[in-house]
Amino acid sequence: MTATVANSSVAGHGVAVAFEDLHRWYGSVHALDGLTIDIAPGELIALLGPSGCGKTTALRALGGLDEADAGRILVDGADITHVPTNKRNMGIVFQAYSLFPNMTARDNVGYGLRLRGVDPAARKRRADEALDLVGLQPQAGRYPHQMSGGQQQRVALARALAIEPKVLLLDEPLSALDAKVRRQLREEIRRIQLMLGITTLFVTHDQEEALAMGDRVGVMSAGRLEQIAAPAELYDRPKTRFVAEFVGLTNRMPGTADGDRVVVGGTSVPLLPGSAGRGPVIALVRPENIRLTALTDGAAASAGPGTARVVATSFLGSLGRTQVVLPDGSLVVAQTAASDSSILVPDTAVRLEVAPNPVFTVEPEPASSSAATAVA
Amino acid sequence: MGQVSQGSSGFQLGAAEPHGGAFLAQPPSSRRGSRRSASGVARVVILVVILAFLLVPLVGMIEFSTRGDYGARSLDSYAAIFSYPNMVDGIVTSLEIAALTVLGMLALLVPTMVWTVVRVPRMRRVVEFLCLLPLAFPAIVLVVGIVPIYRWMGQNLGAIGASPLTLALIDIILVLPYSYRAIDSSMRSIDTATLADASRSLGASWPRTILQIIVPNLRGGILSASVLAIALVLGEYTISSLLSFQTLQVVIFLLGKRDPYVSVAVSFGALIFAFVLLFVISRFAPGAVHRGQHTVEEPA
Repeated sequence: MTATVANSSVAGHGVAVAFEDLHRWYGSVHALDGLTIDIAPGELIALLGPSGCGKTTALRALGGLDEADAGRILVDGADITHVPTNKRNMGIVFQAYSLFPNMTARDNVGYGLRLRGVDPAARKRRADEALDLVGLQPQAGRYPHQMSGGQQQRVALARALAIEPKVLLLDEPLSALDAKVRRQLREEIRRIQLMLGITTLFVTHDQEEALAMGDRVGVMSAGRLEQIAAPAELYDRPKTRFVAEFVGLTNRMPGTADGDRVVVGGTSVPLLPGSAGRGPVIALVRPENIRLTALTDGAAASAGPGTARVVATSFLGSLGRTQVVLPDGSLVVAQTAASDSSILVPDTAVRLEVAPNPVFTVEPEPASSSAATAVA
Repeated sequence: MGQVSQGSSGFQLGAAEPHGGAFLAQPPSSRRGSRRSASGVARVVILVVILAFLLVPLVGMIEFSTRGDYGARSLDSYAAIFSYPNMVDGIVTSLEIAALTVLGMLALLVPTMVWTVVRVPRMRRVVEFLCLLPLAFPAIVLVVGIVPIYRWMGQNLGAIGASPLTLALIDIILVLPYSYRAIDSSMRSIDTATLADASRSLGASWPRTILQIIVPNLRGGILSASVLAIALVLGEYTISSLLSFQTLQVVIFLLGKRDPYVSVAVSFGALIFAFVLLFVISRFAPGAVHRGQHTVEEPA
């Protein structure tokens, strides 16, 4: 891959994008419920959420493939809400393989240029540059059925970039690929996006992908934007119960809150804004905020509050995940460096502490017991 | 092979193989051999019966249409086809109707089906139902219903209204069920909606999207639909006859009363024409593997 911003004809300038109180109904389903997002020029926003949350509807509305029932979409200050798809100049990479089967990779990439009246020689040069950008120039003469899924999605990316779009829209482009190719392509997309400085909306249901790629990540639920923030802030300081429970792995541990702090696992920790503030609550504690210390035989014999017993361990490369059972029978997951967790074999007695980092708390559900549970 | 045991239910089950696999018991080799030969004979018999069913009428047509004087073989009937002006007119008219029918059918069906799949998928069933509806109506019923329209066209649209080419309008309806099926199966082999979205997002208008992206990838289905339409139009008799238009089949029927040898020669020629069309399809229609979105293995 030799293309640079300077020599690439696909280098663009990011534009600002704004969704303003966007609504979309499908029958009785409110797919977009007042969606409002401001995207800065050159920013990559990842929209994350469960199936049916409205993230793809938002992307399709921006791309003109779906019409909003109310609200506005602004691109570079211009209202494009009712502009037809083919006049919007958006580059879209779809979840399904979308290369035109009757065309070679080069012809696919050059198709948008052909529609813009670019002469054949310039078209070929620019298509080859775009293919070079994604490392597939040698495969320019191949048809889609002669390429792997990863290669097809790279060509689709090159095709989307070749028209020098105002905004790049990525609709779960990696979901059909295997894990290894997925990770490679994810890094490649991010590298190219940063190189070109193109404003990008990336829709995914994969948290790791969203957190790894996005400048900011927007979490959607039932057509509403729950929170949009930088990945670290979203993970560490969720503003709503849905975000706290949806993003990352969480232990649900009983505690008692006094308005500003909550006592959980014997430790008093600060509450995040938006938390349930007084009385018995459920604290959502990240596995990496749980500390386990192996106990001596004597200490283990006097099992009491704050002690637990290891029931399972998982090796995750540099990290280790340890599942412990509390005296009341509830399960808690702790995540530590692999070297620390290696001594925690099943049946080891441990002392459990909660790190004093802010936590989000929710009201205990009537049906649930006070037992801690780990949820993904 | 393990021992064969007789189950109470009458099924024969083999004991487990040494490596752990259990198999259905096989019959003794002599019985196996006789069964195989019996099934082979059955296959040959079925093949012969089907071939006879297909070929005997053709052989009969050839035999009948090449009869010459005093038991000799002659191609005079074939040579005489073009000596009958009505026959030539009938062939030309039918070919013109077929061409118009194909063009009309494609112009009506392809954009409608693409639009339905891409924009209003919930209407797919409705379109399918409407397209298959002509199968439910006998030709005579269609004619009774459509005669007033043809009468009006004949009286008010001058030469155009009275032209046999107006039969293309009703033929388009007649071929819809067959053409719909051919195009629909081809459309299901590609992701039409995504291809259309991709094309539109790159800046293509709807006509361009259909002509440059969708149609080339439906080539096989469109060719099949066209050949079916041509074959149906060339073989259509009832409506043409009842509306008093001189198409190929009507002329063949009338000629059959006067010169049955030429009549059969023309019929045989029409069949050969259909075979040639089928050959063209198999020659030029792309294979499914080239149309679909198959992928190769990821490179290591």
